[in-house]
Amino acid sequence: MPVTTIADHEIHVDDEGFMTVYDEWDEELAKSLAAAIGVEMTDESWRAIRFMREDFKSEGHTPTLRRISTVGGFDTKGLFALFPKKPAKKMAYIAGLPKPAGCV
Amino acid sequence: MKNLVILGGGTAGTMAANKLRKKLDKVEWQITVVDRHDKHDYQPGYLFIPFGTYKPTDITKSRRKHISDDVPIVYGDIDRVDAEARTVSLTNGTVLPYDQLIIATGVTPRPDQTPGLDDEKAWHSSIFDFYTYEGTTALAKKLASWKGGRLVINIVDMPIKCPVAPLEFAFLADAFFTERGMRDRVELVYVTPLPGAFTKPVASERFGGMLDEKKISLEADFMIERVDPDEQKLVSYDEREIDYDLLVTIPLNMGADYVARSGLGNELNLVPVDKHTLLSRTYDNLWAIGDGNDIPASKAGSVAHFEIDIFVDNFLEHIAGKPMTGSFDGHANCFIETGHGKAMLIDFNYDTEPLPGKFPVPGIGPMSLLKETKINHQGKLAFRWVYWNVLMPGRPMPLAATMSMAGKEVPEP
Repeated sequence: MPVTTIADHEIHVDDEGFMTVYDEWDEELAKSLAAAIGVEMTDESWRAIRFMREDFKSEGHTPTLRRISTVGGFDTKGLFALFPKKPAKKMAYIAGLPKPAGCV
Repeated sequence: MKNLVILGGGTAGTMAANKLRKKLDKVEWQITVVDRHDKHDYQPGYLFIPFGTYKPTDITKSRRKHISDDVPIVYGDIDRVDAEARTVSLTNGTVLPYDQLIIATGVTPRPDQTPGLDDEKAWHSSIFDFYTYEGTTALAKKLASWKGGRLVINIVDMPIKCPVAPLEFAFLADAFFTERGMRDRVELVYVTPLPGAFTKPVASERFGGMLDEKKISLEADFMIERVDPDEQKLVSYDEREIDYDLLVTIPLNMGADYVARSGLGNELNLVPVDKHTLLSRTYDNLWAIGDGNDIPASKAGSVAHFEIDIFVDNFLEHIAGKPMTGSFDGHANCFIETGHGKAMLIDFNYDTEPLPGKFPVPGIGPMSLLKETKINHQGKLAFRWVYWNVLMPGRPMPLAATMSMAGKEVPEP
């Protein structure tokens, strides 16, 4: 598992740069991760990222976009505006969670 | 006497009922299956009906005839499960108490979950599904007289039943229109929320190449927000639009509504279970098998088949108060029809993606993995007999429940 350093944090990541150790994440680091993929964080973005962190803790896997919308109460279209093109992937990246698993 | 109640007598429920009836003492355990009606459809057959390969009458059989005579079937709609009181209530007022409950009611396509998709005028007129008896028979009629145009195949969201079937539909449609001499009048477009043709890299690349060869255009990363049935177009959340003359949709798949009413489901009404044992993560006497659980595997009959081999032994250990020793690995294999009498085969599990090779005998086959052959196609057609005569009665299949790496070619990193 590769180790990299972002914003003075030493973190474990997969081949695509998704963090693999839940507890290595904090919000300082998330700011740098967001900047690295060109995402500007708003209050609503933070709420969504925090929901994902909490949901991962109880469920053990990265929530899908549909779950973030139906369980977290976020507007899907709004998420596409906050995290353009590939919201599920970008949000997981910023939240320091594994890449959303595509079920076969 | 103790009660085991199985909700749903489809692929998983039928296999579980028949296997457990042979293993459980008849004096000690009563097994009851609940379902809405007696019609059991061979669901893999839905794919062939639009192209006239199967007639509707080829795929439906009696549920009663495929479940052991020693297992009564109660017909009715399920209202709710009270997991604390350990009862199942039906809408007709019947209440069934249970000691152990198996949920096997699967998933259903839900066009009502996407605005515009279930439009009354358009549904089964310009918009069709093919994962239901009604949808696939209506589509067969439509295609028989269709003059051509832009046919769009759209997956609303994952997970779906038989995730390769939409690709198979595209390949078979290409072959169907070619054989009818009208391929030049049909534009085929494959629209998916996935980043490519399929979820896993090796297979996705192979399938993507086949879409190219067959001149089927691919629109990836398309998360549909709504359908405009009057303008005949799909609109995505990021405001892309795709026009169609004929839309073949794979709607959102959801578990049964009683699961949600009973507080047993996640956002898709799927029952959260341990992915290796299929036992509920909340209740110690509640299981979910087949499509209706939340394990990260394909929703497919082959998964149900492999998981039930392991589930039955775990169930017996669990009710005897012993630790469960079996662990399901997410094993699945499926045939993929590619048209013109050929098919591919894939074999995979939670951790290993579909790879090329030979199956089931390493190096010999006779089936080939991730490669188009006539023998694979014959295997797919023969499978209908195997389904009714070997799988449903719970007879042993000469295939291991857990996946084997023997015979698979691992790509160089």
